[in-house]
This record gives sequence, C-alpha cells and structure tokens, in this order.
Amino acid sequence: MTARMDNRFAALKAEGRPALITYFMGGDPDFDTSLGIMKALPEAGADIIELGMPFSDPMADGPAIQMAGQRALKGGQTLSRTLELARKFREGDDKTPIVMMGYYNPIYVYGVDRFLDDALAAGIDGLIVVDLPPEMDDELCIPALKKGINFIRLATPTTDDKRLPAVLKNTSGFVYYVSMTGITGSALPDPSLVSSAVNRIKGHTNLPVCVGFGVKTADHAKAIGAAADGVVVGTAIVAQIAGSLTRDGKAGPDTVASVATLVRGLATGVRAARLVAVE
Amino acid sequence: MNQTPLPNSFRSGPDEDGRFGIFGGRFVAETLMPLILDLQGEWEKAKNDPAFQQELAELGAHYIGRPSPLYFAERLTEHLGGAKIYFKREELNHTGSHKINNCIGQILLAKRMGKTRIIAETGAGQHGVASATVCARFGFPCVVYMGATDVERQAPNVFRMKLLGAEVKPVTAGHGTLKDAMNEALRDWVTNVEDTYYLIGTAAGPHPYPEMVRDFQAVIGREAREQILEAEGRLPDLVVAAVGGGSNAIGIFHPFLDDEGVQIVGVEAGGRGLEGVEHCASITAGSPGVLHGNRTYLLQNGDGQILEGHSISAGLDYPGIGPEHSWLHDIGRVEYVPIMDQEALDAFQLLTRLEGIIPALEPSHAIAEVIKRAPKMRKDQIIVMNLSGRGDKDIFTVGKILGMEL
Repeated sequence: MTARMDNRFAALKAEGRPALITYFMGGDPDFDTSLGIMKALPEAGADIIELGMPFSDPMADGPAIQMAGQRALKGGQTLSRTLELARKFREGDDKTPIVMMGYYNPIYVYGVDRFLDDALAAGIDGLIVVDLPPEMDDELCIPALKKGINFIRLATPTTDDKRLPAVLKNTSGFVYYVSMTGITGSALPDPSLVSSAVNRIKGHTNLPVCVGFGVKTADHAKAIGAAADGVVVGTAIVAQIAGSLTRDGKAGPDTVASVATLVRGLATGVRAARLVAVE
Repeated sequence: MNQTPLPNSFRSGPDEDGRFGIFGGRFVAETLMPLILDLQGEWEKAKNDPAFQQELAELGAHYIGRPSPLYFAERLTEHLGGAKIYFKREELNHTGSHKINNCIGQILLAKRMGKTRIIAETGAGQHGVASATVCARFGFPCVVYMGATDVERQAPNVFRMKLLGAEVKPVTAGHGTLKDAMNEALRDWVTNVEDTYYLIGTAAGPHPYPEMVRDFQAVIGREAREQILEAEGRLPDLVVAAVGGGSNAIGIFHPFLDDEGVQIVGVEAGGRGLEGVEHCASITAGSPGVLHGNRTYLLQNGDGQILEGHSISAGLDYPGIGPEHSWLHDIGRVEYVPIMDQEALDAFQLLTRLEGIIPALEPSHAIAEVIKRAPKMRKDQIIVMNLSGRGDKDIFTVGKILGMEL
C-alpha cells in the first residue's frame, strides 16, 4: 500500500485525536477553483482528502452532492481531469492521503488497469466506490490491492455481525462507517448509537474506523470524533461551495476562502473530541 | 463477438452471483446488500413453495384474467400479404398491460417478507398503475417515483395511480424520465430499509430482480407456446417484442430460447434516429457499463456518464436494458433492432384501423417491425408478437402529434 495513509493515522494516534476527512467534488464548479479548494484543505486542518468523482447518476447521494456532480460535469470534468487534479495537488503536497470516491461506471469505462496505473501515478492512496460491495470484489477491489491502492469499504447499520467479516475481509486503509441508512446529507444520528456501532466494528478489525454521513458542524465533529478514529464531512463542504457561487453558477470571489473557514472550524471540533472522551 | 462456445441451454442463467455471461451482478451500496440477499433467499423459497405458486396461479386466473388470448390478426395478415401474425394479448390483462404479472408476484413476496410499505418507479405509468393496483388489493401504502416529464405526458395514468391510493412523487432531476425515477426510488430504499419493499418493474437491477421479474413474466411465453401449438400444431418462425428495460420481451422470449427453429427479435426505441442522442437503442448504439445494480448495455459517453435517451414512448425511454438481453445479444441468440418514433406512430394507427385494437406506443414498435418482416415471409410462416399494453394512456400524446384537439 502507499505509505501516506498509514503514516497519517500513526501520526494522529500519537497526537491522540481523530482525523478530519474532507470530501469535495472534483471539478466543482470548475477545475481551477476545485484545485484551489484542494490545496487549501490541509492548511485549514483536513487530515485526509476525499476527492469526489462526478457521476451522472449518483444513487446514494442527496441533492447537495447530486448538484455538485452536475456542476462539475457541466464544467467539463471527466475522470481523467479528476486524476489530473490529484496530480497537480501532489506537486505541492506529498503527505496528505487522497481517497477518490464515487461510482464504478466511469472507472469501468476508463478501464480498470489503466485507471489503477494512472491513479497510482497521480498519487492516489485509496478508493471508495459506493456501488461495489464485497460480492463484486473481483471487479476493482482485488486489482487495486494488488497494485498497492487501498480499497476502503463502507459499513452501514444494515451490516450485521454476520456480514461484517465479509465486508472487512479485503478492506484496507480505514473502514468508513456510514452512520445511518440513507443518502448523503441527511440529519445527524444520535452520537451514542454511532459510538456503539464503531465499537462493534472495532471488535472485528484493527483498522481505523471513520464515521460519515450527517456531520455538518464543529460540534458534530467533536461529538462523533469522541468515539471514532476519523470524522468525514462532505455535504456541508459541498453546500458551502454551492452557497458561495455567483448567480450563474460560477466560482465566487470567496469560494475557496469560505471552504477553508468552514474546514478550520471543523478542525477545532476534531481537536476537541478526545478531551471530551477523557472527561 | 464472443468466441466462447454456446451453452447447451439458453435458459439456465443467471449463475449464483446473478450473472448472465459478463452481464448482471449486484452493483449496489452496502446498505442495500443485506436486503437483496434477503430477497434472494425469500425468492428461492417462494419459487419452490407449491402454496406460493398456487396463490400466484389463482390470482393470475381470477384477478389478472390469465391466460391472455393468442389472437390471429387476420386483417393485418391479409394487409401485409405474408406470414400469419398472432398477437399475445397482454393488453387485455387487468390494468392494461403485462406489468401486473410481475406486480402480483412481487407483492406476494413482500407480504411473505413482512414488509409494510411499497415503493416503485415508473416510466409510462403502466408499472406504477399495476403497483398501485396490487397495493390497493393487498392493503399496502404505495409510493411511486415518476419523472416529471412523464408525469406530464402520461397524465391519465398519474390520475389512475392517485385514485388507487398511491402517492405519486414527480422527480425533476435529469430529464425527469424513468432513469431519474429509478435513482430516486433507490434513494428512498436506501433510507427506509427496515419496512420498505422495492417493487422493480422491469427485468433489470441487482440480482435477483432480473431473474425474478423474468420468471414472473415468463407466463406470457409459456402460454403463447402452448397456444400456438394448439392453434397451428407447430412453433412459430418468429417471436417479436418491444424492449425498454425488457420485461415483456424476456417474458415471451424465455420459453422459446431453446427452440432452435424459432427466430427471436427484440425491438428497441430508435427515437428520432441513431445518428444523434435522441434514441433509446441501448444495444444497437450503446456499450457495456454499470448502472442501477447491474452491468448491461447502456447509452453513455466516453467518460462513463449516462446519457438521457429519447423515445416517443415513455415506457421505452430508458438508457439501459435488462442484463439477460445484453447476454442474448452478445451470444447471438436474439437479434435487436431499432424502430423510429414515426414508424411506431404509423404502426399504432394501422393496427387501430385494421384490427380495432389501440396498442400502447411501446408494442407499436414491435408492430412496426412485424410490418417490415411479415411481407418478406412465406404465407405458411408464423409470427407471434407480444402486444404488451393497450394504448388508452397514449391517446393524448398521439393526438398532440397528429394535431388533433382532444
């Protein structure tokens, strides 16, 4: 595997706090702005970057991320442009792990082997592909692991103890616990339920367990981060971008800055998380 | 083309992972995976349960009106001057199309599984109406997702669904057609996993849907096969059906797949022509990809983004096709051809005048193909075509195109 992911989690463990994992859609609203956002994330406190790959039919996403994907596609974003985004980012940052997240079809059409080679060359550390459950591991998961790219699996409230071993079997990097049944951007679930779910998963794996879906504010990040090894924020960031655009959907003067401000706030949340846990 | 040897039977698929060759599979979010595994288990049990099969057969006979007649279209045959044309009259079923066959089967499964809420997607509204109907009959609340464009062009069916007690949710994403309705239904399902059963209307989606829907629809082909043997003492030379997602087509095709002498043709929506993007001919003009839980032929661009198709018929307006059709195409057992909007419209009018049957715009595509082929065949040859739905729902669309005030 690429070393960046393990190094990052080891460093966070030494610091005694959970990771802040930030999702944004590659190419939203345009390539250059998107690159600006990506470059601003680590400095604002993001520990791991989830780079969204736009898809025309995002079946597991709520309206905010659906619209972000549409904006990106309208702006000419393609899978190879999303890889290009990562490559450009890597020119100035060789430490922050990048996880590409999206749906399988664009990768399948690009060609799995070609995609994995190009992703590795672009400095990608992991993949999250929503519509590839363990039953479909031969498609992309196994080839990715062979090339040294982490395949990060989603575990959900419907993943019971019987199924968890199958879900965790070929997972690497970290486990992404989807805190609720539903689409991205729904309401935050009860942190105590999340905490017991995280502990349940930890009974089956030594990998870090990160939690996403529904985390929008520093307080959420703090509450969820108390039990988890990482907190994923997506819809809130994407909504921040949407709110900063001009009336015709172009990048506004403070699009990048407003995302950075939001992420700085979230970063204080994860940094306060374990203080709560110790109390 | 595929170089692997042909299988001994064309009717043995899918394998245990839900694959027909490279097509099919289970490409769904983890949240849904336990649900479709449950469904598969329940379906395996139900399929082999005589009580389930008996209930299905009784509802088929007394509620749907099965068997549907196999009708010799005498005047159309005479008019075309070639092969004898028979229609499998699925438009005479309760609710006016083949869709009810599948809905009755799945509602019985939902009941067995203890589900309390039904969701469905619909294009032309035929599946929505059939879903709303079985929900009324079995006392389930029902939510139907329908593209906003389709809500507008299929107003009579929207009203029927509402009368039957269903909630119709218009979907404005994308072009507001069947694909977008299916995305939204999947989003509902992934949110309401505990109590909700997703009643998919076509032989597509994650395994076991393509197999299960086919098996519920295969009653069409089984009856047609028996009926033509009784009427003519032999099997047909040609079987024809329209293909959107492909449930009426796989339903009539499947029982004939191993009959070597029977040629089989699926008719896709050619829309305004295959040169541009205004068509829904996934097999003729698409390429393999992954959408809505299965790998199959799709209309997509070079970046794997799904295109919005076009068809005059809302029921064929879908950029994909059931995975078994993709496989039957690749191995060469079934031939898939496009029919343009205008040809379907002409066929619609011809059948109405010659046989006194107003067909839906979906099977009008199949009729147009029959019109092309029958004159080139001998008079002792036989065509069986699936007349999958009635056209009452389409009279406003057709009226508008013909410039008539309704």
